[in-house]
Amino acid sequence: MNYGPLLFLAAFFALAGSWFGFVLTPQAQIGQLQQTNILGAPTLYPQARPGLARQGLEVYRANGCADCHSQQVRQSATVCDVLLSAAGTNPPAVLSALFKVKPGLSEPDARQCLSSLPQRLLEGLKPEEADTAVKVLNVAGAKAVVAIVPVGPDIARGWGKRRSVARDFIFDYPVALGSQRIGPDLANISMRQPDAGWHLRHLYAPRLEVKGSAMPPYRFLFEMRKIERCPSPDAMVLPRDAGPPPGYEIVPKPEAIALVAYLLSLRADAPLFEAPLTFAPGAGAAGGTNAPAAAELTPTNAPAASDATPTNAPAK
Amino acid sequence: MNPTASSKPATAIGLAPSEIDASCRLPLLVLLMSGAAWLVIASGFGLISSIKFHSSDFLAGPAWLTYGRVHPAASNAFLYGFCLQSGLGVSLWLLARLGRTSLAQGWLVTVGAIAWNLGVSVGVLGILAGDRTGFETLDMPGYATPMVFLGSVLIGIRGALTFHQRREQRLYVSQWFLFAALFWFPWIYSTAQLLLVTFPVRGVMQSVIAWWYADNLRVVWLWLAGLGAVFYFVPKLARRELQNRNLALCAFWSILLFGSWGGIPNSAPVPAWMPALSTVGTVLTTVALLAVGLSVWKTAGRGGPAGASERLPLRFVLFGVLAFLGAGFMRVFSSLPPVSNVTDLTWFGPAIEHLNAYGFFAMVSFGAAYWILPHLMGLEFPWPRLARAHFWLASLGIVLLAAPLAIAGVLAGLKLRSPDNAFMDVVRATLPCLRVSTMGELLMALGHVAFLANLAGLAARFYRVRAAAAFSSLTLDVYKPAGAKP
Repeated sequence: MNYGPLLFLAAFFALAGSWFGFVLTPQAQIGQLQQTNILGAPTLYPQARPGLARQGLEVYRANGCADCHSQQVRQSATVCDVLLSAAGTNPPAVLSALFKVKPGLSEPDARQCLSSLPQRLLEGLKPEEADTAVKVLNVAGAKAVVAIVPVGPDIARGWGKRRSVARDFIFDYPVALGSQRIGPDLANISMRQPDAGWHLRHLYAPRLEVKGSAMPPYRFLFEMRKIERCPSPDAMVLPRDAGPPPGYEIVPKPEAIALVAYLLSLRADAPLFEAPLTFAPGAGAAGGTNAPAAAELTPTNAPAASDATPTNAPAK
Repeated sequence: MNPTASSKPATAIGLAPSEIDASCRLPLLVLLMSGAAWLVIASGFGLISSIKFHSSDFLAGPAWLTYGRVHPAASNAFLYGFCLQSGLGVSLWLLARLGRTSLAQGWLVTVGAIAWNLGVSVGVLGILAGDRTGFETLDMPGYATPMVFLGSVLIGIRGALTFHQRREQRLYVSQWFLFAALFWFPWIYSTAQLLLVTFPVRGVMQSVIAWWYADNLRVVWLWLAGLGAVFYFVPKLARRELQNRNLALCAFWSILLFGSWGGIPNSAPVPAWMPALSTVGTVLTTVALLAVGLSVWKTAGRGGPAGASERLPLRFVLFGVLAFLGAGFMRVFSSLPPVSNVTDLTWFGPAIEHLNAYGFFAMVSFGAAYWILPHLMGLEFPWPRLARAHFWLASLGIVLLAAPLAIAGVLAGLKLRSPDNAFMDVVRATLPCLRVSTMGELLMALGHVAFLANLAGLAARFYRVRAAAAFSSLTLDVYKPAGAKP
């Protein structure tokens, strides 16, 4: 190691190796990702964010929201549940099938179970176990399907329904994955909190909405102005001690409105080939009630779902 | 083992150290002084952003003082203003000294340093104005970076020329590290800049490149430049030959081959081979950590008694090596999937970054500056007590900053595993640690003021002596009797 050129070549090839591995190869693999079909629905995903939300991403970037909020849901595993949706016409056969797939079940419980359908019969199975159970039930004339359920601490916390995947971000610049969770994850914030007014009040004075919040107030996104003839329809409704002096009103600036539009566009729970999940009847309803998009996304009784799901179920 | 390892010439090849120092004086003074000034600015911003965690209404009014702007301003001022700048300065001096040649076209280095500082100033102001790019460690807006790049190329080419013109043909280990670092930065910086800002790539590719860049800068560059200085200063200050060249070679190769593959978090929404490969690379850097630890321990552990002027720089450098090992092993540990499930996306990551960039790199740079500058100027530092105080403030400060953050990270990570812990409880659990870390930032900031004061005092003393000499020679010219030659 006494020659300059040798040293140069060594350093050059070492760096070229890492450049090839982590710049060029990933670019070839995921640099050209396109929209794709949602599993079981003829809808393209993801859709580009609306213009106002895209302006909101600029506000998000400029004020470093990603320094404290991540936008990535982690998942530790995928399990299968068995959903029983109809008992069929042969109750004794279905009952014996039920005892077969769920050995500890007592007879009254089984009858109770059949009378309150649809029902999440089994939870947390491996794909092949779930497939066997479904086969047994279907042979008996009942109607059962396998539901794919992602699990993990983030999902249990309600931060998302499935893990984040590369495709969720193809239209974003900059991609704000974040590196820390000083505040909660925002990948699905519009699913948890779809109220624009809540977001505006939270940005103006975080502790009004979340007691003890460590988030700084973003009052510079709002404007305090004198009420002229009549109050603005956009004026914030605030409690008296946090509100403006009498005769004044607080109105969100365009930046605040754009930022809230962006936050309300954050939702990544569509079932995809690379991140499958099944929206179950009942289970999906809790999160989806006030989100209009959920209605299109839930293939609850679409038979296509069971055709599409075997991607990671080798038993079929 | 390594006959030419000692930096003192056995035979008189090349220039005398005083001539080399004279050629480095102005460029190095500009690089190190402005580095120290950026350090003070960075710690001011860092203190503000740290205080915001426990009183979030603190300075919440103006947009430019919001956390999401002050925090990247602090980290970029520290990284680009101080770390890279003083690292380049020390590297140039080492390349000149080890090659026994003068710094090639030193005035161009000064021009490069001015361009660099202009770029960083524009960049930090841009971040405060809300123009940050949104990619961590590459936050400076696109209109500032060409100047930074120009500065790095000007300085880098002078470094390569100095290396090329060396009179001592046999290479010392530090030269490998420094040469690789000189050429690494323009490559990763231009790649990241072109693919993230100028012609942005699509989707999470942005994050992949940003992680790759950040890891190559914070790990490969800082390690190469920092260890280059460590392998020079430890043998020199401990007055014992480096033990030994093969260990250093081992560290060099494992940093180049494995260190450059780190940085992709295990939880990232990318194809699984990337985090897997990244974990393998990170775990293999253990070789470098062991080699450096062993080599420094064998060299300094049995070194002769350091003289008074060597004791303080040696203390800084040895503290840096300890922090290097601490940060390196924390990094290896937290790249393993069972651990990263807890530590990813928590304060553990910033704890490693602080320990690595500050505890290791900045401390080694301080040690180098305290050794180089008195030789460059031919003067002692005006306030040696302040310099000793700087060591204690900085070392206590970084311990009080990194340790609580690491604890907060593990605490929060463990609590987030169970959905029964409300998120606000997790936040509250980390607050005591964050309070202690603000104390750490405060101590470090005080230390930086002491450092800047000493540097400025030294420069002022040097130029006062020169001005007095020039003045007296002028006045002597006027009053000297006709015909009398001195």
